[in-house]
Amino acid sequence: MRSNASQYELVAPGSLDAVLALLAAEPGVWTPMAGGTELMVALGAGRLAQRKLVSLWGIDELRQITASKDWLTIGAGSTFTDIRQDAVVAKEFPLLARAASWTGAIANQNRGTLGGNIVNASPAADSPPVLLVYEAEIELVSAQGSRRMPYSEFHLGYKRTVMRQQELVKAVHLPRGRRLPVEYLRKVGTRIALAISKIALAGVGAMHAGKVSAVRIAAASLRETPARLSATEAALLGHALTQDRIQAARQALLQEVKPIDDIRSTANYRAHVAANLLEEFLEQMAASES
Amino acid sequence: MSAAKMQWPEIRFKVNGAERSVSVPPMKRLLDVLREDMGLTGVKEGCGEGECGSCSVLLDGVLVNSCLVPALQANGCEVLTVEGLATNGALAHIQQTFLELGGTQCGICTPGMMLAAESLLRKNPQPDLDEIREGLAGNLCRCTGYMRIIDAVRRASQTPTSTAASVREETVRK
Repeated sequence: MRSNASQYELVAPGSLDAVLALLAAEPGVWTPMAGGTELMVALGAGRLAQRKLVSLWGIDELRQITASKDWLTIGAGSTFTDIRQDAVVAKEFPLLARAASWTGAIANQNRGTLGGNIVNASPAADSPPVLLVYEAEIELVSAQGSRRMPYSEFHLGYKRTVMRQQELVKAVHLPRGRRLPVEYLRKVGTRIALAISKIALAGVGAMHAGKVSAVRIAAASLRETPARLSATEAALLGHALTQDRIQAARQALLQEVKPIDDIRSTANYRAHVAANLLEEFLEQMAASES
Repeated sequence: MSAAKMQWPEIRFKVNGAERSVSVPPMKRLLDVLREDMGLTGVKEGCGEGECGSCSVLLDGVLVNSCLVPALQANGCEVLTVEGLATNGALAHIQQTFLELGGTQCGICTPGMMLAAESLLRKNPQPDLDEIREGLAGNLCRCTGYMRIIDAVRRASQTPTSTAASVREETVRK
């Protein structure tokens, strides 16, 4: 059953300051909504619990992508289309452009925002694994001011984050000039377009003198939050990629993931395929030096 | 309810070139505003969750699923629906090629398909097959007549608009 739209309020204060003032005046009362690709689905399905919404759409301050010497700053209101079209993203953070390209189809990419994808906090979301391997930082803002932290500290548990009721995500900052030579991203879903991931794995790394000199791996849909796989990374760092070592890394991955059975897949399938994706990434790593 | 109705904001926007205004609940889906308040039933509802593309419209020239746009967020915008594609009874180029190549079966997905195609061709007048497939990936046809739809978009990209326009004039004269 569709919801009755007349039972909902939506206001559009029009500026970031005005939105923050509203959130501060009535903490927990107003739910921010950007492009609506998540909350409007809930409305259509008759399960949108939040009755008072505040629109972030059209607030230019949130929709800018700017490059400084050391950082690329992506406003939280940037759409996936904005991200795909940005020249610096394409050149320096290509995995993010790729993740954006398979976040829904074109119409969804035209409305869905990076901030919404993060705040919605789905463990299956497309952009978080990439943000994790690129060591992104996240900037939160409220009427009291802003704070910035590693994105890896943002998710606390299933659909739980560090955000306070009066806060918004303002931007994501990506460090420039630290790109590693090997980059890997693969999403496994039911079909290419519009499928939510069964599993996704992102990896970046470098080899030096036959050994793994740097590696960062992150996954979607393998834990209760988007997550770095640090035990798997530790099993690889400093080692040559022998068959034994690859097997050890597979084991480390299987130990640290906690996949579940749900509508999209099974825990067993997820774990097995995730280990295969890891191996594919490691083959790419091994080939990078030869 | 009537008291609440008094508070509904006025949404002003341009729909298929005409200035319109409506007072509706701000969370009313643009899809429903177009269908119920404007009578534009060419905008179809399929899934109602942004996956099927039947309700595709161009909002300020950008392809969107109108089932996921609250009315308030369309305030001040320009909306193009399938009803606005043809001008003075003459089919738009993309409509003409859908007609010529049979890019339509039951017709439910057709308005959304044509708007997705229109959006693609405006950005990329000469798309290759992969680009056409990506451009239409958010539009589902449950008759599964995809090949003819893709052929229609290809034809539209290969024939100059002026040719189609002359074809159109002949059609109109008949």
